[in-house]
Order: sequence, then C-alpha cells, then structure tokens
Amino acid sequence: MNRREFLKTLALTGVATTLKWDGVMDIMAHALPGSAADCDLVAVMGGEPAEMFRRAITEFGGIGKFVKPGQKVVVKPNIGWDKVPELAGNTNPELIVEIINQCFAAGAEEVVVFDHTCDDWRKCYKNSGIEDAAKAAGAKVMPAHEESYYREVSLPHGKNLKTAKVHKAILDCDVWINVPILKNHGGAKMTISMKNHMGIVWDRGFFHKNDLQQCIADICTINKPAILNVVDAYRMMKTNGPRGKSAADVVLTKSLFMSTDIVAVDTAATKFFNQVEAMPLEVVGHLAKGEELKVGTMNIDSLKVKRIKI
Amino acid sequence: MLKKLRFLLAGITGLLFTFYFLDFAGWTDGWLNLARLQLVPALLAGSLLVVVALILVTLVFGRIYCSVICPLGIFQDVVAWLAKKVNRKKRYVFSRENRTLRYGVLIIVVIAFLSGATVLLSLLDPYSAFGRMVVHVFRPVYLALNNLLAWVFNGLGNYTFYHVDIYVLSGVSLVVGLLTFGVITWLAWRYGRTWCNTVCPVGTFLGFLSRYSLGKVEIDKQACVSCGLCEKKCKAACIDSKTKKIDHSRCVDCFNCLSACHKQGIKYRFAWKKKRVEPETDTSKRRFVATVGALVMALPDKALAQAQTIVKNNKPWKKQHPLSPPGSQSARHLLDHCTACHLCVAKCPSKVLKPAFMDYGLGGMMQPKMDFEHGFCNFDCTVCSEVCPNGALLPLTKEEKHKLQMGRVVFVRENCIVFADETSCGACSEHCPTQAVSMVPYKNGLTIPSVNPDICVGCGGCEYVCPVRPFRAIYIEGNPEHLQAKAFIESEKKEVILDDFGF
Repeated sequence: MNRREFLKTLALTGVATTLKWDGVMDIMAHALPGSAADCDLVAVMGGEPAEMFRRAITEFGGIGKFVKPGQKVVVKPNIGWDKVPELAGNTNPELIVEIINQCFAAGAEEVVVFDHTCDDWRKCYKNSGIEDAAKAAGAKVMPAHEESYYREVSLPHGKNLKTAKVHKAILDCDVWINVPILKNHGGAKMTISMKNHMGIVWDRGFFHKNDLQQCIADICTINKPAILNVVDAYRMMKTNGPRGKSAADVVLTKSLFMSTDIVAVDTAATKFFNQVEAMPLEVVGHLAKGEELKVGTMNIDSLKVKRIKI
Repeated sequence: MLKKLRFLLAGITGLLFTFYFLDFAGWTDGWLNLARLQLVPALLAGSLLVVVALILVTLVFGRIYCSVICPLGIFQDVVAWLAKKVNRKKRYVFSRENRTLRYGVLIIVVIAFLSGATVLLSLLDPYSAFGRMVVHVFRPVYLALNNLLAWVFNGLGNYTFYHVDIYVLSGVSLVVGLLTFGVITWLAWRYGRTWCNTVCPVGTFLGFLSRYSLGKVEIDKQACVSCGLCEKKCKAACIDSKTKKIDHSRCVDCFNCLSACHKQGIKYRFAWKKKRVEPETDTSKRRFVATVGALVMALPDKALAQAQTIVKNNKPWKKQHPLSPPGSQSARHLLDHCTACHLCVAKCPSKVLKPAFMDYGLGGMMQPKMDFEHGFCNFDCTVCSEVCPNGALLPLTKEEKHKLQMGRVVFVRENCIVFADETSCGACSEHCPTQAVSMVPYKNGLTIPSVNPDICVGCGGCEYVCPVRPFRAIYIEGNPEHLQAKAFIESEKKEVILDDFGF
C-alpha cells in the first residue's frame, strides 16, 4: 500500500511541478502522513558506505517500503572493470553488502547480484570484491557475460531503442535496486544511475551506434524501472572514467545519494561532481533526454530533498 | 608389475594433461605445467636440465617417455586399449622398421625448422599435435557438456556452472586438429604405435637413443619357444618372435609383452647390448608422407578462400603486421620457438588469442596471434606468458606487461560515429587502460577520440568495442618487434574537502 501511495504522491508532485505551485509538496506530504513521500531525494555525506546507506534509507521509511517479504530482489551494482575497490571503477562492495543484508532483513526470499561487465567478467566479479562479499551475505551472484542470459523486451516509449535484450534476473525479479558508482565517462560524460542500465542489456554496441545519450534515456523507460537508485559516491572517479588510469583519478568524497527518481538522483550527483571537475548538466545529454521521456525530473528544487552530514 | 606402474603413471599424466588443456574455469590454476617436461618445448625453450634429464632417462630405461610422458602416446594407448576391448581377437604382427621414412621425416623437420618453416615441426611434434587435438576437438565437446550442466543448474537457480561461448577459433587449426585426431585414432586403433614409430620426430630421436639404453625388453632365447604370444601383444610391432629379436628403437616400454609370456621367456633387463635391424622399405607406411604432404599442400589454397570484402561507405583498412602475444618479443622469436600447442589459446581468459593463418607467413601457421573479435587483452593479465612451455612467450610480470607495447593504435576518423553521425560514443576511450585514446572536445558539446600511440600498449580494447562495421573506426597495428610504451601522464591528484552537495 505504501508503495502505491508513494507513487501517487510522486505523480501528484509531477503535476504540482508543472503547475509551478510551490507549497503543493508540503500539502501533499501532510496529506499522506507517514507515507514514503517524506522526501524524494536524500544526500548523505561524511560516513562509511554502509552507514550512509542506513541513514539514507531511514529517511525513506526503511527498506521495508521497497522490499516486501517473499520477494525476489536484484541488486545491480556497476562491476564493469577489473579494478579493486580503491580505484573506484566499481560500486563499493561494503555498500552492496549492506543493501543485501537489509533486503534479507526485510524478508526478501532471494537477492541476486549481476552486471554485464566490460573487462573479463570473472576478473571483474572477483577483483571488485563484490562477488565474494555478496555471496558471503547470502546473495546469488549471476553471470551476465553470455547472450543466453538475456531476453528481449520492447520499449514502446524509447526513441531510438525500441527493443532491447535485458538480463533475465531483472525481468524475473519482483523489484530491483540500482546501485551505480559516481564516475565521469568519456562517452556519456557521466555514468551514474541511468548509464548503469547498460549493464542490464546485452547489445551495448547498438547504444553507441544509435546516439548513446538517447539510448541511455530510452532504456530507462523500461516498464520495470529500479524501485530505488542508490549512488555510491564514497569514492568518485573524477577523470579518465569510466575505467580510470590510476589512483590519481579517484577522490574520496564519502557521499551517497538516493532517490526513486532516476533523473533527479543523477542530476544531483552530477551537480555534486561539478564541484570537483566542471560538468555542466547540458553536456550530460541523457539527463534532459530522460526528462523528455518522463523518466524523471532534472528540477531538484521541485523535490523534497534531505541533506544529511554525518 | 611394470605394466601396472606404467598404467598408473600414464593415467595420471594423461588426465592431468587433458584437463589442463580443457579447463576454462581456472580450476587448474597453479597446477604443475606438465608441458614443460615435453622434449620439443624443452628444446625450444632451452631448458637444458629437462632435455638432459629426458635423454638420460631414455638412455637408462628406454623410451618410457613415449609411454608415460607423451600425451599423444598415452592417447594412442587408450585408443588401442579400446580397440582391444571391442575386438578381443585383435592381434599385432611384427613389421620391419622403415628407417628411411623415420629419419627422412626427422631430417626434413629439422631442416624446415632451421629455414623458418616451423609449421612442419608444429604439425608433427606429438605434444603440440595433442594440444591442438584437445583445444579444437575435445574442448568444444567439454564446453558443450558444461553448457548442458549450466542449463540444468541455472534452471534450478544455481550458478556454479555458467554458459560459455563455443565458436571455431580458426578454420585451419580445426581442420588440422580433426585430421590429427582422425589419423592418429585410426592408426592407433588398427596398428597400435605406428605413428610413433614411423612419423613422430620425437619417437625417432628417442628410438635412436633407446637402441643404446641400459634397460631393455629382451627375449631369453633358451626359454622362448617362439609361440608368438608376445608379438601379438606388441602394439609397437617390434617383436619378431620367429627370430627371437626385438627392435629396441621402436619399443616404447609398454611391457604388455612381459605378462603375455607363459614361459617367462621375455624380460625387462638392464644390460648393454647392441642390436640392429636391417632397414627395409615398408610401402604400407608411405601414406603418412602423403597425408602430411597433402596437408601442407592443401593449406595455401585456404588462404585464397579468405578474401576480404570491402564495403564502400566505410573506409577500409588492413593491418600490416599481426599482433604477436605478450611475451613473444617479436614475430621472429615466436616463429623460432612456437610449435602451436595452443595452450596459451586455451588459457587466455579474455579470448583474445587465436591461431594465425598466413599472418606470420606459411612457416608460422597456427602460431598464436591477438585477435579482437571476441575480446581484448586484459591490462593486468599475464597468463599466456606464464603457461608457454616453449619459451615462445617469455614470462612477464604485471609491471612489465603494463609497459609493453604489442601494437599501436590507429584512428580512422572517417569511420567514427562522432564524426559521421555527430552523436556521443567514446566506447574506445572507455576501454583504454592508458588513455592512449582519449576524448577531446569536438563540436556541440561532443567529444571525439584522439590517439597517442606512444603510450598505447596494444591491448585492443578500443578495437574490440568499436561498434562500427565492417571496418572499425579504430584498430591496433601490430609491432613486429614489441616495444616499450611510454609512461602515461597521471591526472592531477586532488585532495578534495567538500562541504557542500552542490545542489
């Protein structure tokens, strides 16, 4: 029920935004007391990865708002590269473990972790520290390196990307949580929550061939969007992303962003990134294209944002 | 007793070898690499210790190498054993040694090798022939079985097994592997160890030594009644029961004859004894030369079949030099050392190594090259250089590998998506470990690849991932001699203390 209420609130928020009627938010929040709509976006700073997640999810009313007992959950990190956690190529394993633990605590029947990697998948899974950590936490770590793990779905709202082969884990789960790491990206400019969808699809080449920024926005119109986007900015790759050359590309920023609105959370994270390296929102083309496809909003000011410093 | 010991040793070697070549899941990582004990690889790698040890072992015990160390020999024994199971009445008959053929092949192989036609040695070296047989014939079957298991287990929600891609690594090597498998199996099934005693250059060399070995199977002329039981058991066809003589150059010390004798008339003994068998032409064995000849003749034809298609709307390019694997130092070094056992091909986790066709010329056919169709060379990986038993790929450390330049990047701007379509891409730069390919400002906020070949290591990440077809917008030109890549400049290090979220 809470989820439904939450979505309702979100829809109404959208209406409120278009009406430019400030204050609607507050009224809505009051109208649905105790609902998940207490905030739309949480930004946490200054803690350890697990700690920051715990703090953020509390603001949303706990993981129980998203994960119900008996559900099959997918936690989708970025495990794209054969890199150790210190080099910030992949999502922080401590964060992944905390999310898995909370899912199980909320009664999840199964938690699956996977990513369609760029480097050799076995090396990525291993050296990212995610495979071992996730398995130890009781999650299933699924391969994603072969076409047979994907099924085709149609994307009626996509502009360039009309169909895509999406990983079975996503299609077969009840809910999935998108857990990217914050990095700059040579092609897409930024890789955050929206770009992390390229790890649930098989044919990435199509994206690059058919306007990358548009295709990233298109895949986010999938009819089973992530229930929650958690951006790991504990370590951030400021330059030479998404792979990075050395430790000099990494800065320790000890932050985390969380939202159900994928465009909003990526916009927020980009603005955060912009404090370290210049990154105007306009060049991160998939944000505006995502907003255009009504995947979310770039107007953070229209949302209820919680800023927490630990 | 001796026979059981051989069984045990051969069983262990055979299984270890086969599994080492089949394994793709890293289960055999850190296993003893038995390939280093093989004669030809040891010779080419300059492993004096192994070569001397093998020669000494042969001089003391005879050709036990062929029975318990050579995987191809063990494979033939398994086939012959199966043949015997199927046809219990199977008998072997003594045949005369074809010395002209044996030494002829050995001499031709050595001359060909010295003149740069390594391919002949590659074809006939028993270890390499076995390697190719496993990699190109058995391995696909093994992978298919794995996929069946993966299908069953994954269906039950268990991901211990995972699907793997099965594809033809190289047409020529597949054909050679199949032919090797077919010919060797057929011969072993019909005639036992004929291959080892007529064609195999290693068999000929060790056979020559074993004439003078201390340990020999000998017939006790007093006890022997010429019943012929031992001869019927001899898969090397080297026992002449009528004249009570054994051709020790062909005896592989399988000891099957010992237990066959009811009179204890045949024994394995240590003694100096010279024995010579008159050479005589055996026409039935000429087909081997024909087979090998036909094989070599047929191959250049295949070169013509692989013509390249050129599509107009995409700028074509052609690599001037193939990329030889990491640790190979140069195409020349590879040519002089590699017998194409394809262990590196089987072990490459990134699926970047594949057998060459005519890339290195006819002499280097089937030697490994880097090909970026199925993967690219992992920046931190040095597996191929570690497993090579031939010294063709010399061991590299991770640090050495990072600085090694196997090839240099070439950017074909006309083919690039950013140039042609004016949309973002950057897949090449994404994969570049040194940012030899970096994205620089272009127009309308777009960025376009810019290359710095001096810091390129030639891993092929860019070429692999470039989505443009048929000719990609970026590729790696091979270095005939590997070079040192210049060190890349690290980004400016930043200690950032953020006090604000920026929104």
